Amino acid sequence: MQETKPTITIKGTRDGLILFIDENSSFEEIVQDLIKKLDESSPKKEEPVVSVKVKLGHRYLTEEQRNQLKKIIEEKNRFQIEAMESEVIPIKDAKTWLDQSKLKVVNQIVRSGQVLETEGDLLLIGDVNPGGRVRARGNIYIMGNLLGIAHAGTEGDQEAFIAASYMKPAQLRIAEYISRAPDYEADGVYMECGIIDPDQNKIVIDSIKILSKQRKVISAFERRMNNG
Amino acid sequence: MGEAIVITSGKGGVGKTTTTANIGTSLALMDKKVCLIDTDIGLRNLDVIMGLENRIIYDIVDVIQGRCKLQQALIKDKRFDYLSLLPAAQTSDKSSVTTEGMKEIVTELKQEYDYIIIDCPAGIEQGFQNAIAGADRAIVVTTPENSSVRDADRIIGLIEKEDMIEPPRLVINRIRNHMMQNGDMLDVDDIVQLLAIDLIGIVADSEEMIKASNKGEPIALHPNFKSSISYRNIARRILGETVPLQSLEEEKSFMQKVKAFFKI
Repeated sequence: MQETKPTITIKGTRDGLILFIDENSSFEEIVQDLIKKLDESSPKKEEPVVSVKVKLGHRYLTEEQRNQLKKIIEEKNRFQIEAMESEVIPIKDAKTWLDQSKLKVVNQIVRSGQVLETEGDLLLIGDVNPGGRVRARGNIYIMGNLLGIAHAGTEGDQEAFIAASYMKPAQLRIAEYISRAPDYEADGVYMECGIIDPDQNKIVIDSIKILSKQRKVISAFERRMNNG
Repeated sequence: MGEAIVITSGKGGVGKTTTTANIGTSLALMDKKVCLIDTDIGLRNLDVIMGLENRIIYDIVDVIQGRCKLQQALIKDKRFDYLSLLPAAQTSDKSSVTTEGMKEIVTELKQEYDYIIIDCPAGIEQGFQNAIAGADRAIVVTTPENSSVRDADRIIGLIEKEDMIEPPRLVINRIRNHMMQNGDMLDVDDIVQLLAIDLIGIVADSEEMIKASNKGEPIALHPNFKSSISYRNIARRILGETVPLQSLEEEKSFMQKVKAFFKI
């Protein structure tokens, strides 16, 4: 009989333990072996909590299975799971992931009463007329006049911003922040952007030049890669 | 085979019906066979402006519900043989007209007439849907006011979703030149830039127009008025001619000219 690879390998590092789980064994096997392996070492009460990273390899676990493993590992030992890393994600997740990081280019005039919504960033070639509305999970770039409402970072991304060739919006919204046009008659501004200023804790409109300093990573894909 | 043009605006009171009556009259003056349809069920006006109110026997609802033939409901204009009107019903409610019924009527009329001009009711409900159902083209009427431009924008958005031959075209009505020059009214260029559709005509506000409407005589019949020329120009543009936009400059009286000359 061939020598089989152990299903569970434990490695100690400076930051804590890393638990490698063999990707070729069945889930039941893993569970059994894991219980066996963990039973070998019963820690004392005074021992400090050790953080554990679980590496799943090319194995996809459902939420339920993840919780099961978590329970086994954390129950009896003074272990704390820091992360469970898998090399694979389901196609569905990957697709939404891709959609959310895509830049969608739309060529239309968003007229009064119309709503244009995208999953990722939005590049609109055209105007947003008064009463029109654009919404994006990421950033909004408008090559045209923004006279209606723009909402960037609809799912709460406070790093999102809105840039437009000509800006005279009724409202700007970023994540949960809302700012509206002043009550006095004011002229619009050219080549500016709306961005959340953390010091003032509100949306400010400034020249698009500040983006190169304040938002270095503009591409939605890179943003996703960095922030998960 | 004729062409159906719907005249619409979204907001009420901007001059849809007046525009319909005058464009229809102007086209008839150019020897085109024209049929006007009033789709404002319950609040019909087109017959009044055309001065044909007392000739109505059957209306559009009678046609759709099969109480009469389409030819029986059509009213020949008292001035031209080439112009007819299909009046709206005054007593029935709006739900008695369906988009299918409208399409059938328009298709039938297109066999016989060169142009079918449809007067659309205000609003964006069923009445609007009915009016645009059979149309090949649309003309959007607006006035130089924010509220009316806003509604025009909304309507253009809705029309763009329908499959028409070309994007809607714009008529700016009730222009008061001195207010526009002072900046108290929206500028023609600003409106066209915002709505981003082609302009097909501008019409100045005038007292004659009100007088003409009250007399039941479309102003387009009287070529000595400026607004009459405006409507005739729109009709020529519909026929495909290139006609420069009229100057809105008001004619100065002799004394004003003399004063201007001496810079008093």
